[in-house]
Amino acid sequence: MASALQTRAPAPPGNPDPVIDMTGISITFPGVKALDGVDFRMFPGEVHSLMGENGAGKSTLIKALTGVYSIDAGTIAMQGRQVTFSGPAQAQAAGIATVYQEVNLLGNLTVAENVMLGREPHRLGGINWRATRRRAKEILQRLHLDIDPNSLLNSHSLAVQQLVAIARALDVDASVLILDEPTSSLDAEEVAELFRVIRDLADAGVAILFVSHFLDQVYEISDRLTVLRNGRLVGEYLTDELLRIDLVQAMIGKELSTLEDLENRKRSSEAGGASSVPAFLSAHGIARKGAVAPIDLTIAPGEVVGLAGLLGSGRTEIARLLGGIDHCDAGTIQVNGKPLKLRTPRQAIAHRIAYSSENRRSEGIVDELSVRDNIILALQADRGWFRPIPKRRQDELAQSYIDTLSIRTPDADALVRNLSGGNQQKVLLARWLAIAPRLLILDEPTRGIDVGAKAEIQKLVVSLAENGMSVLFISAELEEVLRLSHRIIVLRDRRMVADLPNENLDLDALLALIAEGSEADEQAGVTS
Amino acid sequence: MSGFFTRALSNRLFWPVVMLVALLVVNAVAVPGFFSITINADGHLFGSLIDILRNGAPTLIIAVGMTLVIATRGIDLSVGAICAIAGAVACSIILDSPDPGGLWTVTVAVATALALSLVLGLWNGFLVAVLGIQPIIATLVLMTAGRGIAMLITEGQILTVESAPFKFLGSGFIVGIPVAVIIGAVLFSLAALLTRRTALGLLIESVGINPEASRQAGVRARGLLFTVYGFCALAAGIAGLILTANQTAADANNTGLFIELDAILAVVIGGTSLNGGRYSLVGTLVGALVIQTLVTTVYTVGIPPIATMVFKAAVVTAVCLLQSPTTNAAFARWRDKLAAGRRVPAEAVAK
Amino acid sequence: MTAVVLVRSPLRRATDAVVDVFTSPKSGPVMVTAVLFIAMYLAAGSLYKGFFSGQVFLNLLIDNAYLVVLAVGMTFVILTGGIDLSVGSVVALSTMIAATLLRDGWSPLVVIPLILVATSLLGLAVGLMIHVFKVQPFIASLAAMFLARGLCYIISNTSITIDQPFFVAMATLRIPLGGRLSITPSVIVAILVVVIAVWVLQYTRFGRTTYAIGGGEQSGMLMGLPVARTKVLVYVISGFCSGVAGVLFSFYTLSGYPLTTIGTELDAIAAVVIGGTLLTGGYGFVLGSVLGVLVLGVIQTIITFQGTLSSWWTKIFIGALLLVFIILQKVLTSRRT
Repeated sequence: MASALQTRAPAPPGNPDPVIDMTGISITFPGVKALDGVDFRMFPGEVHSLMGENGAGKSTLIKALTGVYSIDAGTIAMQGRQVTFSGPAQAQAAGIATVYQEVNLLGNLTVAENVMLGREPHRLGGINWRATRRRAKEILQRLHLDIDPNSLLNSHSLAVQQLVAIARALDVDASVLILDEPTSSLDAEEVAELFRVIRDLADAGVAILFVSHFLDQVYEISDRLTVLRNGRLVGEYLTDELLRIDLVQAMIGKELSTLEDLENRKRSSEAGGASSVPAFLSAHGIARKGAVAPIDLTIAPGEVVGLAGLLGSGRTEIARLLGGIDHCDAGTIQVNGKPLKLRTPRQAIAHRIAYSSENRRSEGIVDELSVRDNIILALQADRGWFRPIPKRRQDELAQSYIDTLSIRTPDADALVRNLSGGNQQKVLLARWLAIAPRLLILDEPTRGIDVGAKAEIQKLVVSLAENGMSVLFISAELEEVLRLSHRIIVLRDRRMVADLPNENLDLDALLALIAEGSEADEQAGVTS
Repeated sequence: MSGFFTRALSNRLFWPVVMLVALLVVNAVAVPGFFSITINADGHLFGSLIDILRNGAPTLIIAVGMTLVIATRGIDLSVGAICAIAGAVACSIILDSPDPGGLWTVTVAVATALALSLVLGLWNGFLVAVLGIQPIIATLVLMTAGRGIAMLITEGQILTVESAPFKFLGSGFIVGIPVAVIIGAVLFSLAALLTRRTALGLLIESVGINPEASRQAGVRARGLLFTVYGFCALAAGIAGLILTANQTAADANNTGLFIELDAILAVVIGGTSLNGGRYSLVGTLVGALVIQTLVTTVYTVGIPPIATMVFKAAVVTAVCLLQSPTTNAAFARWRDKLAAGRRVPAEAVAK
Repeated sequence: MTAVVLVRSPLRRATDAVVDVFTSPKSGPVMVTAVLFIAMYLAAGSLYKGFFSGQVFLNLLIDNAYLVVLAVGMTFVILTGGIDLSVGSVVALSTMIAATLLRDGWSPLVVIPLILVATSLLGLAVGLMIHVFKVQPFIASLAAMFLARGLCYIISNTSITIDQPFFVAMATLRIPLGGRLSITPSVIVAILVVVIAVWVLQYTRFGRTTYAIGGGEQSGMLMGLPVARTKVLVYVISGFCSGVAGVLFSFYTLSGYPLTTIGTELDAIAAVVIGGTLLTGGYGFVLGSVLGVLVLGVIQTIITFQGTLSSWWTKIFIGALLLVFIILQKVLTSRRT
């Protein structure tokens, strides 16, 4: 089926030989064919984006190229010579440098070591620390990162850590640089900076593999696109010649009408979110040192409130306060008009407030448990040890959520670990829906999941609100916030700068609010 | 048939059970009548299998508690020391009382010993749950200090007691079955019922797999940790009393020496990972039986008992290597190759 | 991140720097240990007459030379996030091998290398079990512990005296340090081991990879570090150090005894933990572990000087101290995050 659609774009002018040429790559995991006869090539001096839904096989293909996984079939050629890497060390030695999706550095070591580890200059048989630090400093300065190379990596923010990871990759004399979701924790300025560095490298002849969920960034930076779906190659295209709508269709393989449908439904239900109803939750002056400056906030039943702001603006921090994950230093919270002291997630849940974390893997799912156990977990914890949910009720609950959220799993007994990111997110949603929340706090529920699942989750948010649930919605994608929210709270530098009904707002106005007072060029990159 | 074999192989109880059966077969060959159980003049069951059950009971009792602790990502190194303390407390109370043979004296002694064990367990729980100290270090404190405390109680002496009701705990019989075995069976069933009939088991596993996700889902890990460490120490106290009663003496240095290692071993042989999460009490039962049968085998086969430790090392190594993912993968490849080998000639015939 | 940057006085900067050193997860615990060691030493010195004599301090080293070597090996293992329970039994096994072979007339030139090779191979076996077969370090080293202890009993279940001249010489030889102070050759060996270990951890790729594994094995692997080799090698080092410690211990006791050094692995672990190495790996220093051994030694010495305390107080005291250090480290390191 896929092969019928397959296309291959022409080679760049001058017909250079590809630096990487993978043909017929297949990898099978227990029960899953992760890659099925995939071809992939990269040309020197080009930025090549690898596109696909979650579970399409992007990460697997990268890991096949870098020797983390061994391939079951197919060949990999580098500069015309066939290669097999038995591990990342070999791939790195051959000139393939990789920055992985999660920051894979060592927080217990210094910044300098993280940049240089494995290739420190030596003197008298030992590591020359002074030269190591000097070299690290030089590389960091190429990224305009002015931090003490002797500081512990742990003491820096995630964004800085991400840049350190890229700095590490830059130091390798690489002919191929792989960047797997490098921008997911960077702000606009940092993204612009990164793109400048990527351009420089490409001009110097490095082939760059770029993976991102942000379509704007993909279109801004890449020359060539390869699209995967369900472990198969859909096609290779030149970015300039592929319309966005065609790209999205190639990725998800279905029509986008659901999104437009959603648009109409939200507008028709807008009246439902009117603030004439008494607030379900109202917070006055809640604050936490180093996280959020005092803020007032109310949410009515049936209302979707969006939190918009850059990373680190305080959006997640506010959500964590309301979810009882962290506790406030100051301020009061009222639920249904009664004051409430929120100190633990447990108390929040008892008042039917659910917080769905942005860190799906580390704070959300319990990966070694089954889909069923994950779905009933919060409900069971709320009922206590000695009132177990009867087995039959568990099965009903699990099955009903598997059906309504169309969770793709063999059955309710399957381990959540074996599901794709989007389906894990749905399991997490099901866990919270199972406690019948009055307020659902969704922190980046659509990050890192495929377009199809994204649309389904957005649709769900709208229909939950229609049924009277309050939703606090956080997303780095402003279009999404605009599309779903009745009201938008704009945050900047851990402060609330605006609380507006979503009536005449558009992306530019929102961007202006977020960027107001800071450098104007910040706007350029945020459009993602 | 091959489907059954595949399923059996992938079951984590497969190798422990094979090991147990193999050990029993060795015994059966070496000792005629190994499996015979007779009833002696007092109406007590009697035989090698009964011995294995009776001698293995203390390890099993502790291993049950240890399983739950390990499932929460923890470990309890202090159980051996708690055995010694429980024995020391009970014996010193019995010795100090005017009526060492009295039922009431023994009841008070046992109750005090168990209460103290529970307190020590809650102390471990406090260090782990409230202060957030890694379990291995938190319980190392009591493991190091515990035998010192037991010696403080016995004042460095071996306390020998003459008390029939106390002795009954270690070597008595009820309806022909050794008391130690009955205690072990009751504790095992209680733990199984308590964790699987309530939501305790699910919540313990959840906390063991992902503590932060569990907290955000509203699971009260603190209470769970107090419960499992308290239960484990209580089990250790019970085992300590059985051991002490069996010897009719409290020896602060040697009561329950290395039993923490045997108990952890039983849990691991039974297929529960030291990384926490999914646990199997039945696996632990098999593990405890493997260890005790091994000790018995060494005796019955006529190997000098001093070599027992070498055999224990061999069994640990064997079971761990057999359960290892590396070995399983090798087995899977071997099976595939075997299946492929069988298919090729079949196709050749078809042509 | 405060908006207003204050111009700080030099004094304020200095105190900030000190606070930083004490609250960093890297250096904090070991600094606390150092301060408490000095405090204990001074307190004991003011309480007991003769405690401050230089030889009392040197005796700390002489009596604990073998433990220093053990703690060094254990530090490598714990830095990777592993643990080695076998060291006590391996020391006992080493003394048994030395005693029997020397009794049978073997030359120390053969016996000592043989012991070191044997214990390193045992370490290699543990390392391979952990790395290749993914057995937890706790269990793999437990198997080695059983094996080594069992082999001791098989060699002999009674004590064997060593009267070989070289060993006796090593036991009795004192190296004068001027004044009336002296040390034993064992102390020199221990110091040598420490110096080499410090260099290896700080200045070699192997050493840095040891820290990297403790910080995140997966990350280290993706960064192209030789994780597999290093992970196995730390157990070989621990085995080797146990062998060296065993030889030093047989110099010290001039006998092989199957029941000796039971629970010494706990002392080594306690020393490493008190010395500021995190049991989860990634943070710690060899010199911290040496400090940890000295702290344990001071406790022993204090109890000897006190004279009225029974021997079991040592255990209770070490346990209590372990607790104090653990809690202190916890408080200091968790304030950061």
